[in-house]
Order: sequence, then structure tokens, then C-alpha cells
Amino acid sequence: MSKVRVLVGTRKGAFILTSDGKRDKWDVSGPHFAGWEIYHMKGSPADPNRIFASQTSGWFGQIIQRSDDGGKTWLQPGTPPGEPTTTPDGMPKGESNKFVYDTSAETGAPLTTHQFYDGTQHPWEFKRVWHLEPSLSDPNFVYAGVEDAALFCTKDGGKSWQELSGLRGHGTGPQWTPGAGGLGLHTILLDPGNPKRIYIAISAAGCFRTDDAGKTWKPINRGLRSQYIPDPTAEIGHCVHRIALHRSRPNVLFMQKHWDVMRSDDAGDNWREVSGNLPTDFGFPIDVHAHEPETIYVVPITSDSFHFPPDGKLRVYRSRTGGNEWEPLTKGLPQSNCYVNVLRDAICVDSLDKCGVYFGTTGGQVYCSPDAGDNWAPIVRDLPSVLSVEVQTLP
Amino acid sequence: MIRVVLPHHLRTLARVSGDVELEISGPVTVRSILDALEARYPMLCGTIRDHVTLQRRPMLRFFACAQDFSLDSPDAPLPDAVASGKEPFYIIGAIAGG
Repeated sequence: MSKVRVLVGTRKGAFILTSDGKRDKWDVSGPHFAGWEIYHMKGSPADPNRIFASQTSGWFGQIIQRSDDGGKTWLQPGTPPGEPTTTPDGMPKGESNKFVYDTSAETGAPLTTHQFYDGTQHPWEFKRVWHLEPSLSDPNFVYAGVEDAALFCTKDGGKSWQELSGLRGHGTGPQWTPGAGGLGLHTILLDPGNPKRIYIAISAAGCFRTDDAGKTWKPINRGLRSQYIPDPTAEIGHCVHRIALHRSRPNVLFMQKHWDVMRSDDAGDNWREVSGNLPTDFGFPIDVHAHEPETIYVVPITSDSFHFPPDGKLRVYRSRTGGNEWEPLTKGLPQSNCYVNVLRDAICVDSLDKCGVYFGTTGGQVYCSPDAGDNWAPIVRDLPSVLSVEVQTLP
Repeated sequence: MIRVVLPHHLRTLARVSGDVELEISGPVTVRSILDALEARYPMLCGTIRDHVTLQRRPMLRFFACAQDFSLDSPDAPLPDAVASGKEPFYIIGAIAGG
């Protein structure tokens, strides 16, 4: 029987939740990396027992962790116990947490600043890894989206990281401005049918696409409208919170923007609003059903000033029509006095026959619906504030 | 033998349970201690000072012999008591909470 493994990143450590295909009884392990913020964990599709984790701290900076046994044990790539701690030329190892922006004369010179909150230009400063996206085919290859916004990759299982500087260098980089949460590259979508096509999203710059494996990029924000920026239809500057796609139709994208739920049918070249009858179109996460490419999920949040559900009712909204027509999913979710938030990387779906949907809250609950959202139950109730939730479907 | 006291989370990363002891040839300074510490425990690279600039991370400080050396030159000699191992060199995380 198939089983699922849910990877939960929280403000104070990581937790791994496992169950069989029924998804009604759960084993909980953790906290792993207790006391650290775990922004994101994700397993390699090419080797599901290989899991990467972004471990970060305001005191000690960024750490990259890797497990090769499904999360039982962890190591910092490049520094496993018992290995020599210096390279042949005598320099210490420990490159796995080294994220250095490209400042080479060829590509880095024009990339040294971006726009800051006060309108001045500000140096790029690495703060943390927001999102890890393992390659669909190579267990040693992983993309990392970081703050201040840039895309890095490793080709050696996380031992060393290099920037794909064509993103910051394509021309609009100096105009990117951080949102209230920072200038984070938080979403990385890989096209399953075209390894050279990657979509990314940055708060508050917008969406970008490459069709040559990261060498060159272009903004894909036509159709977005954001009242809070000087030019509401500008090429960049939109606070995109999350984008999602279904692997069978990688040209169709869904977006939860700061305000507005959007859809593109041409790989992001043009967007149209599909907020429809949502009670509010503000929110953070969005995801697509594993087997129904027109079924999508969002969690409406009251507003940008009130990061909690409207009326104290925690409701996931589902559209079976690719947007515009939405239904509230409430069975098993608290419908009074609930004032948690669901962050952008904290919703996911499994690929079992009845698609499971999962999300975590800032109140420390992780909910599972084993039937595509019709019924919900908490897996755990009292974790630290949840930053990210990913699920692996295992044989 | 130099004794270094690490904060809890760095001891966990370095997989040590108590004080760290380091051999340093030459002047004992903040820089020479951190160089020796990172050479022996490379997983600590970047956690105490920046990989490239080697600047101290803002929420850590360096103490020894009841003095704060955080803002001194990293090449300034530390007290003899640190060099002799009589007193430890402390790497301290800023207190925060609520």
C-alpha cells in the first residue's frame, strides 16, 4: 500500500509526519533541528529518500541540511562525520551554506544594488533560503530561491551553490523592491515537459520565466493590476504570493497575488483575474489538485492588514472550474474564533488516487483532507508556527 | 591549548558536547581562533562570521576575561590567560525572547 510523508517546516524546527494511504493514523517525528527556523524542506522526485532542508537563524545564518534516508538522519552536505575537514590545498570545507552573489565583472557589475524601501539603491545582501526545488530527474541538482531575491543551484547534492545570475541581470533587477516580508524569491516551478523552462516568483517584483535553463529571463506579469504601486500595470513590482501548475498542463499557471487570484493559459505571457465569488481575494498559498488540472485551492485571508481568515472561520476554497466559481470547504475546520494564517509554502497535495490536500497554520496545526478537500482533520495541533508543508507520495 | 565556549546551537552543528580545545601557533587573536575553529569544524563556516567579508554576524559577540572583544580589531592580541588556556574564549548569542 502506498504511504505519504509530510515534511513540515516551522519557526522552531522540522517535523516529519507519516501515514499509510488511508491517511487517518499518523506517526510524528521531530523536532529536527530544534530551535531553528526551517523555511522549507523538499524531497527529490528522483530519489524520494533524499530530502533537502533550509535551516536558518537570525543569529547563525543559513545552514543546508540533507537526508539520504527519508529524514531519519541528516548531514550538512560536504561535511559528513569522518571526512577530512580540509580540501587538498588546506582550505576548510563547509561550502554548503555559502550563498555568494555573482559579482564577476562579466555579469555581476550591474547587479550590485536593488531598490530599497526608501527608494534608494541598496546592496544585495544574502539573508536566507526561502525555497528549495529539487530537479525532477537528478538527485544532486537543486534550485534554491533566496532573500535578497536570487536563484542559486547546486549540482553536487548541496555541497556548493552557484547563482544563476541571468535572473538578476536581465535588466529590471535594480527596480526590485522588498515587500514587508523581504525581497524573497519564494516560488520555483519546473516544467515537467521542458527542462529548460523554469518559472519563479519574487515578492515584490513579480513572476519571471526562463526558456533556456536559467541563462536569460523575462518578466511575465502582463495583466496583473496592483493598486498599491505607482503604475498599477507596471512590468514589475507586483507582490506575487505564490504560483502553481499542474504537471499535465505546464502552460497553465495559477497565482495568488497579494490581492487577486489570477490565471494564465499561455505560460505567464498574459494573466486574467479568476477571483470570482471568493469572500476575499487576499491570501498566500495556491495549489492544484493532483489529478484534476482545473481544480485549485486557496485559503482566503481577510486583508493585507488582517492576516487571519474572514469572520474567524478557517475555510479552504476550491474551484473545479479553474477559477471564478469557488466553494468553501469547512468540514472538520474550525468555524469560529480562528485567527491563524496559512503561509505561501504551507499547502500541498499528494498524488494518491483520492488526492490528499494538506496545509499548515501559523497556529501550529497541520490539517489533512484525504478526499480532495471534502473532509478535514488535524494531523497535529500544537506545533510551532508552520512555515512550509510538502508531501511525498511513496510506494 | 585555547578553550572556546560555543553557544548551544553551534555545539549541536559541530557535534561537540562541551568546550572546544584548539591548538594555535602564533599570536592568539579573534581571527586566529576563528580560523582554527572553522578549519577543525568546517560546518561552522558562515555561522559566526560572513563567508566573504569575515565580518562578525551582528547577533554574536566575543568575550574573554570579563571583557568584550567584539568591536576590537580581529588581529588584536587576546589576554595571556586566553592564550594559556586558563580562561576560555566565549562566543555568545544575543539574548532575545519574550
